[in-house]
Amino acid sequence: MNAPNLPTSLVDNPRLDRWIHFNPDRTVRVASGKVEIGQGVVTALSQIAADELDVPLDRVHLLSGDTDHGPDEMYTTSSLSIQMSGSSIRLVCAEVRAKALDRAALRLNCSPDDLTVVDGQFLQNGEATGQDYWTVAGEIDFSQAPTGAGKLKKADAYKIVGKDVPRFDLPAKITGAAYVHDVLPSDVLHARTLRQPNPGATLATLDEAAIKRAAKGELQIVREANFVAFVSPVESVAQAAAAAAPAHARWDNLRQLTPAHQEAAWLKGQPAEDRQIGAPPRTSPPKNLAQITVSRPYIAHASMGPSCALAEFRDGRLTVQSHGQGMHPLRKNLAAALKLPIEAITAKHLHGPGCYGHNGADDAALDAALVAMRIPGHTIRLQWRREEEFGFEPVGPAMLVTLHVDLDDKGRPADWTTEIWSATHVQRPGSGSGYLLATEALSDPPPEVKPTDPTEQRGGGGTRNAVPLYDVPSHRILHHLVQRGPVRTSALRGLGALPNVYAIEMMMDELAARVGEDPVAYRLSILSEPRARRVVERIAAMSDWKARGPAGAGKGLGMAFARYKNMAAYCAVAAAVTVDEIVRVDRVWCVADAGLIVNPNGARNQLEGGIVQALSWTLKEQVRFNDHGIASLDWDGYPILRFSEVPEIEAELVDGAGNPTLGVGECSCGPTAAAVGNAVARALGVRIHDMPLTRDRILRALS
Amino acid sequence: MGIAFTVNGATRTVDVPETTSLLEALRNHLGLMGTRYGCGLEQCGACTVLVDGEPVFACTRETGTVAGRSVTTIEGLGTPDKLHPLQQAFLDEQAGQCGYCLSGIILSAKALLDSNPKPSRAQIVEALDRHLCRCGTHQRIIRAVERATPMIQKGVA
Repeated sequence: MNAPNLPTSLVDNPRLDRWIHFNPDRTVRVASGKVEIGQGVVTALSQIAADELDVPLDRVHLLSGDTDHGPDEMYTTSSLSIQMSGSSIRLVCAEVRAKALDRAALRLNCSPDDLTVVDGQFLQNGEATGQDYWTVAGEIDFSQAPTGAGKLKKADAYKIVGKDVPRFDLPAKITGAAYVHDVLPSDVLHARTLRQPNPGATLATLDEAAIKRAAKGELQIVREANFVAFVSPVESVAQAAAAAAPAHARWDNLRQLTPAHQEAAWLKGQPAEDRQIGAPPRTSPPKNLAQITVSRPYIAHASMGPSCALAEFRDGRLTVQSHGQGMHPLRKNLAAALKLPIEAITAKHLHGPGCYGHNGADDAALDAALVAMRIPGHTIRLQWRREEEFGFEPVGPAMLVTLHVDLDDKGRPADWTTEIWSATHVQRPGSGSGYLLATEALSDPPPEVKPTDPTEQRGGGGTRNAVPLYDVPSHRILHHLVQRGPVRTSALRGLGALPNVYAIEMMMDELAARVGEDPVAYRLSILSEPRARRVVERIAAMSDWKARGPAGAGKGLGMAFARYKNMAAYCAVAAAVTVDEIVRVDRVWCVADAGLIVNPNGARNQLEGGIVQALSWTLKEQVRFNDHGIASLDWDGYPILRFSEVPEIEAELVDGAGNPTLGVGECSCGPTAAAVGNAVARALGVRIHDMPLTRDRILRALS
Repeated sequence: MGIAFTVNGATRTVDVPETTSLLEALRNHLGLMGTRYGCGLEQCGACTVLVDGEPVFACTRETGTVAGRSVTTIEGLGTPDKLHPLQQAFLDEQAGQCGYCLSGIILSAKALLDSNPKPSRAQIVEALDRHLCRCGTHQRIIRAVERATPMIQKGVA
């Protein structure tokens, strides 16, 4: 019988041997479906396993993202890895520990309660017994389903959880080969693509002879309908072919875009699926209405390294190595796209450059596989070009958010409507309307499917963090899920949380100003939840809020708060800015309550990274379009925050012991954007509602 | 035949056209995979190596131009078992997330410290400003370079 509330991951992978295996070399392989994307998850999950088993950390080998041996935990998303995979691993390890002690007790003719575990050895009254995990592992039936019945350690018994264990993956990354990009077997063939400009575009002519002349070397051109790849044993030859190809290709059925498409304002009035969530519609007219509209444009993931994948088709089996966020989903999607039985495919995760959501990684895997199927017996290394990553990765959708807040006679929210316009936030392949990119170019492209957004139970997409955590008697969301965005959109770190938190927290400052109250005091007057109050109070202390300077003086201190998804980490941020035509962020403070922290340094690293990325989005970033697609195709066209622009950051975690671990990878983004927005408003005396907060917008606000 | 140059202290010869990028020569011909492709446009710094001690973009640098010169890649600093003080300082500060930008950044930092053993924070920022980091670990990276300075001065290198 399964224990109640067994984590989904254990229900989906009901065999202990999918999770844990004792190796003959006296190490233990613990497996996760979640993958390392630079967030330190492999280290943190190892800490959890080592503590629950009482084995030294260096005996834990964490296998992640392996379809042959590891569990399917879908994608590595939504700051859920420690919550989902961590809780599953903890339960599995506790259960296996109990089973192993039972077997050892039988051998030793004692009670399991007489035994303790130290460094993986089983001791009786503190004395060695000669028994350990490895001596009894053969007597445990690992084909059994986890029941969740193992007795978990209490938090105060943890010795490794809660410690700043250095990341396992960093040494390789700073000394040499480390990424999927760096695997180069001797039989490798390098591949590049010519991309179909948009779904439905058809390749009318392709001057292959001209491309071969430009490539200046041995070149194979793989073409299947509107998918084209250039393949060569010499990487620069494949690269030269791909660089020359667009000039020698003529496409029909190109989409037509205008400059208006790149702005969030375009979304209003587009065909949309309209939903109302929460309180019923208002019947009485508002008494004292406050309204603001904020927007965010399309945002690129802008990974430092363009996507890359390796694929080999040999003896009817396809092996793919990828830096995507979920290997089991990738395997399923490849099987569907290639019409191969799923059992014929192995997908393995290797490190990649940070993705921050759904970028080109999965698409590159299908590209590589398509080439491998046409050229069997070779390892195909398919590398996207820089302009390809910027031009063809799915981008974070633009959003327009309007708040209508009716106030009571004390100036507190009485009734609150949040109206949201956005294209879908998730088109991951295999979910909703998402496909691997190259399937659109094949002879039988998949049908267009009505887009969906993550449900509110999963945190929502466009509606993520749309419900304020403040005490609001009546709240409703009007969600307009725009059916066809101008370009492909999908998950970007935090989904809709950034614009929604920006809107709510800008509104808080405006409401405080209406009643002449301090913004922190105003928030606390309508914030009951103790853990929320604690981070707000702490951020005020950290940032010396009481010493905040006057408004309109060119310098400003602003703050903001949110609980990510209203069910993950609590986070408050304060930002000090100087505004003189451009916004310069001088300093940022952050405090988060994420419950029990597995690796404090790693968690702070995530908070800091979320802050810097959100500063970059807020101050600088916007994907730009031309007539046919994305036009911001390099770092000059898509600038991000640089060393000289990154402020000092002080990030703090409150003592969360006693509360379950909450993910921290995305919680600091929304509050950061809003703290900067409020700080800029304080500095200027006027509010800028549209992101990014560029020089043009500042000058316009001041004029 | 071939282009001869010193790589991490040893003379190596690669048989490539002179116009082949140094990035491709290092990765695909010499097996030095720590030099990363980021943009191919001299905009991100991920491919940075040192040529005669100076940081250069390996993505656009033609291999023919380094004939007879000395190239240092990240592999020339240290190994996981025997780290260079700069690499050690990056681990001590846990200065990285995805890590893709780091080998280029560490080499630019090495060039800085070789010419200026006691850089100010502003000088570190200036030296690293040609590099992009998308994970947002900038402050940790700056602290790592500051931390490495006394380690190098003590001759740990």
